[in-house]
Amino acid sequence: MANHKERIMQGAFLLAACTSILAVALICLFLFTNGVPAILEIGLLDFVTGTVWRPLDSIFGIFPMILGSIYVTIGAVIIGVPIGLLTAVFMAKFCPQKLYVHLRPLVDLLAGIPSVVYGFFGLMVLVPWVRETFGGSGTSILTASLLLGIMILPTVVKVSEAAIRAVPNSYYEGGLALGATHERATFLVILPAAKSGILAAIVLGIGRAIGETMAVVMVAGNQARMPAGILKGIRTMTANVVIEMGYAYGMHREALIATAVLLFVFILAINLSFSFLQRRANR
Amino acid sequence: MNQINTRSFAQKWISYKLSPLSLILFLVTVAAALISGGVSVFIVGYVLVKGIPNLSWALFSWHYSSQNASLTPALVNTVTMTGLALVVAMPIGIFSAVYLVEYAKRGNKLVGLIRVTNETLSGIPSIVYGLFGLLFFVSSLHWGYSLLAGAFTLGIMILPLIMRTTEEALRAVPDSYREASFGLGAGKLRTVLHIVLPAAVPGIAAGVILAVGRIVGETAALIYTAGTVAEIPTTVLGSGRTLSVHMYALASEGLYVDQAYATAVVLLVIVVAINWLSGLAAKKIVKG
Repeated sequence: MANHKERIMQGAFLLAACTSILAVALICLFLFTNGVPAILEIGLLDFVTGTVWRPLDSIFGIFPMILGSIYVTIGAVIIGVPIGLLTAVFMAKFCPQKLYVHLRPLVDLLAGIPSVVYGFFGLMVLVPWVRETFGGSGTSILTASLLLGIMILPTVVKVSEAAIRAVPNSYYEGGLALGATHERATFLVILPAAKSGILAAIVLGIGRAIGETMAVVMVAGNQARMPAGILKGIRTMTANVVIEMGYAYGMHREALIATAVLLFVFILAINLSFSFLQRRANR
Repeated sequence: MNQINTRSFAQKWISYKLSPLSLILFLVTVAAALISGGVSVFIVGYVLVKGIPNLSWALFSWHYSSQNASLTPALVNTVTMTGLALVVAMPIGIFSAVYLVEYAKRGNKLVGLIRVTNETLSGIPSIVYGLFGLLFFVSSLHWGYSLLAGAFTLGIMILPLIMRTTEEALRAVPDSYREASFGLGAGKLRTVLHIVLPAAVPGIAAGVILAVGRIVGETAALIYTAGTVAEIPTTVLGSGRTLSVHMYALASEGLYVDQAYATAVVLLVIVVAINWLSGLAAKKIVKG
């Protein structure tokens, strides 16, 4: 009797463990069966490199949105990575314990803020600020990059802080023994040693930025046209799906799903490189 | 105890004069940390300062109307949604972690596959989850825009988080517990259910609370699964917006800016409190 129970529960545990496999399989199945036919009908090349998105005239080119996603992601990396990395260095190597117990919760706080609240903050603060300082309408690549840069900060800080702390202290001591100052030892010895982990942090940040939806929708302007400048509006792939899915039908709807398929493939590639880097960092 | 390896400010100044690069690096690092901390304080402070004066009892009235953008229905929906999503994800997540830690043998191919799929799941953007939920739960299973469809979508979304934290918690339970249990004649299942799992509860709780935080803050995955109706549905197959979706609707309509600020305060306080609770639970494990 007891043996039966053991078997049944073991089966239940195994079954539960397989759920995540099933989930990924289902997600792939449903996205690809709904999206790939549309890509084939439009033609992969026309779909990916087409510069015009006019669903009403059945012209589906998502190149502007791909560029949009890439531009705001690059912008977020330019803003978020240097600040995040330096903050991580400060927290791991410069920060007195008394300050650390206050700074760490602040970074955690940034990680906990929901993306709609970020978006609302961007809409109310960043958009008017960009409009008054740089001109234009305020909803622009610059605004979206600023907001996304802030949003990826906690990710970059946490992962690179862990990477920096994982470097053996003997490296640092060796640097000091050779006459380096604290700063030189940190930046020229420890940072290069933590390279893989820091790269992983950046890749994870890129994944966050490219997949972010609500915050970007609220500040990026969402014009489906080729990027015209850093102060002009842009639409990302995520925004394209969330804005038009509500009323799309037929081919239009399938083209939107195909946009998500492309996004999914992007993210898969990014995740693969992240786990590759993470594994190399752990070695 | 007095530290002997400290340097006075004057000594530091001398070494900085010898190496200006160090001074620059130091200043840049401090500046970056100031920016990070400052941004955090600024965003939260701004939302609080703008939002708290707009909090009013009307905002918490039972029904939403175009005159009064009440957040109570959304709040109730958020609680329902969180409960449903946890019912979906918690058993599966905890059970699969038990399998990975307690049952799977070393070098098991399945374990490798589960890890890969888990990493994949945790990286998928929420809008892709939303679209999948729309295609599968809403359309194929004919659930329509409903709390249930939203909850299942979110359940899949938080599954990797619960699995990972539970796995870590289980691994943190010392092997001596298991050995003692086996030594007293308990079987595998009894050991797992009565010894290992109870010992791992704080860690599991930390993960679950973190997952609740994600559910409460989620928007993109819900718009096309749970819909945006601003009322409490009578059954779980009805459509209803959660607080985050409500917040997005208010902000993008642009008619209720004051109410949006107030809603942002409520949302922020809930999420911050949840994360704080999770940290508290996690601290309990460290103390052991």
